[in-house]
Amino acid sequence: MTTTGTVDLRAYLGHVELPNPVLTASGCAGMGRELAQFADLTRLGAFATRSITMAPRAGRPTPRMAETPSGLLNSVGLQGPGIEAFLEEELPWLAGHGVRTIVSIGGGSVAEFAALARRLADATGVTAIEVNLSCPNIEDRGRLFARDGSSAAEVVAAVRGATRYDVPVIAKLAPDVADVVAVARSCVDGGADALSMINTPQGMAIDVDAMRPALAAGSGGLSGPAVRPLAVRCVWQVHAALPGVPIIGMGGVLTGRDALELILAGACAVAVGTALFHDPNACPRILRELEDLLHERGFDRLADAVGLAHRPVLRNDLKESSL
Amino acid sequence: MAVTPVQVTGTVLTIRRVDAYHALTVVAPAVADRFRPGHFVTVSTGGPATATLTRRAFAVHDVKPDYGGTVEFVFTVRGAGTSWLAARRARDTLDLVGPLGRPFPLPRDPCRCVLVGSEYGSASLFALADVLQGRGCRIDFVLGAASADRVFGALRARRIGETTTLTTEDGSLGMRGQVADVLAGVIADTRADVVYACGPRDMLRAVTAVAIELDIPAQVSVEEAMACGTGLCMTCVLPVIGDDGVTRMVRACAEGPVFRGERVRFEDVGTIPFDALGAPRGLGGMG
Ligand SMILES: Cc1cc2nc3c(=O)[nH]c(=O)nc-3n(C[C@H](O)[C@H](O)[C@H](O)COP(=O)(O)OP(=O)(O)OC[C@H]3O[C@@H](n4cnc5c(N)ncnc54)[C@H](O)[C@@H]3O)c2cc1C
Ligand SMILES: Cc1cc2nc3c(=O)[nH]c(=O)nc-3n(C[C@H](O)[C@H](O)[C@H](O)COP(=O)(O)O)c2cc1C
Ligand code: FES
Repeated sequence: MTTTGTVDLRAYLGHVELPNPVLTASGCAGMGRELAQFADLTRLGAFATRSITMAPRAGRPTPRMAETPSGLLNSVGLQGPGIEAFLEEELPWLAGHGVRTIVSIGGGSVAEFAALARRLADATGVTAIEVNLSCPNIEDRGRLFARDGSSAAEVVAAVRGATRYDVPVIAKLAPDVADVVAVARSCVDGGADALSMINTPQGMAIDVDAMRPALAAGSGGLSGPAVRPLAVRCVWQVHAALPGVPIIGMGGVLTGRDALELILAGACAVAVGTALFHDPNACPRILRELEDLLHERGFDRLADAVGLAHRPVLRNDLKESSL
Repeated sequence: MAVTPVQVTGTVLTIRRVDAYHALTVVAPAVADRFRPGHFVTVSTGGPATATLTRRAFAVHDVKPDYGGTVEFVFTVRGAGTSWLAARRARDTLDLVGPLGRPFPLPRDPCRCVLVGSEYGSASLFALADVLQGRGCRIDFVLGAASADRVFGALRARRIGETTTLTTEDGSLGMRGQVADVLAGVIADTRADVVYACGPRDMLRAVTAVAIELDIPAQVSVEEAMACGTGLCMTCVLPVIGDDGVTRMVRACAEGPVFRGERVRFEDVGTIPFDALGAPRGLGGMG
């Protein structure tokens, strides 16, 4: 049975309407062209670029990846060609193909984030800007912006100030922080129109045959289903504290069920990362599965499911369901 | 133009032991149709609810027109993924993506080619040999491994090559030593114009050094750890010198796996060379 078209799947990031809630996660979908060989990018809710930096970056040495139970450790280190090459070669391709594009940016200082936002301000084809706060602040001995509410807020305010009013600014949060709600609140106070979570928490694996760390960089970011409970918890806590703020949930989404879990926790959209490495057709499949699940549960609109798990269970509901 | 890969569910036709290896043939017409020598495929291992999420990469050994098109690859059991694959049986299904990567470039005119393979790396050379012979090229093989049971394809090489030189490290078959030790002699004897090679990194480095010494081009197929195989993740990079002389960290799965040997900075694999585009200057480390 097909249910296509029976559920209103629109999702909103601030004032921007997305036709559906399934996005790609930053750094997991290449430049777009690679994924376009498998799936139609215009059918995505939006495509997120890897984090774009000011200068070209060669990234970290290899090995950069290690498989862990239901997860993946990576230490790519934001390899990319820099913003000029991105604006010349990558963004025009995405815009030319009608792909709604969330441009992720990564910098080492507030000034660098602001400069990146200014370079993007007059570019065509930017649906939203996502601020990757899991970058070390070179002015604070390399402490991640995501671990410090006030510097995170400064970055968000600087990017918001340099960005056109109709382009939402999304702050991307890390889960391995003392108080994710406090950082989220600081970002919203700084002007973030939406939040995305989670970025990869730091993990490590040791190759017991070589008796050395599996990654050349030592530690790396953990992704995949192994981190999904962390993502659900972060989305849950932030949605409870800031129910009006749109959240893009991500972390280990492999199926429509996983997407629905994050939506019930409070996400209005979900992003798919590591799953794309396993199944390049994951996004359209997850969207189909999600739509079927919503339909089966009697939802006409995705929006009605957002954060639903927070609603207290009413005695009436219990009675009806036990009939 | 690169071919467009596809994701298919294929049915296993046969799986058999070939000396130390397993050869698995799967029905996948859409992959077989697009195949060119040097392509690889990736396989999802562990079943639908797998906890091993990264796909395993294998060079394509052969494609055949049977059942609309079959793809065969040859593998050695290493860890969880390849153990699972070795337990597949006829009529099981496999989730396959391919063909992937940049295939071996072919010479415009007939020429003399030495094909060098080590361990299961030899597997990808036979489809190449067929195409080269079809273009009137002379083929000579140099195949090697640690021991006789790990030399793949010696019989087939003897059948189609002008000459076949075998090496084993334990001396159980052919000459004692490694393929690169005998390569200079074979190139001289056959007056070869080009070398094609597939095998472990150290072997490719040694083969490239011989080819540079004798001033002929080498096309080498590298094997780097890959999380996706489709160009999405940037984990499979190695330092390669571009046409403009600039070293970049390029993806083995997308820009490779076949590279001009002398362009690959084998000595620097596992590092970011200081002169690579975007190499860290002083304060590094982000993400
Ligand atoms: C382009 C290419 C072609 C290949 N062709 C062949 C072939 O024809 N025959 C063959 O036997 N093997 C081939 N390999 C190597 C093969 O992919 C690995 O042996 C296999 O991934 C090991 O998986 P595992 O689960 O058994 O081992 P594990 O060690 O449990 O794997 C753990 C992780 O490391 C990765 N990994 C481990 N070893 C390698 C390796 N040598 N190369 C790349 N990734 C690795 C796995 O993909 C997985 O993500 C090729 C690799 C590449 C990149
Ligand atoms: C290989 C890889 C590269 C990534 N690169 C980035 C990046 O450039 N910027 C960013 O904000 N997040 C990056 N991430 C994090 C993902 O966007 C996502 O937040 C995280 O992986 C959790 O989702 P997943 O489990 O679906 O992968 C990367 C993740 C992986 C696995
Ligand atoms: S393996 Fe993912 S980019 Fe090459």
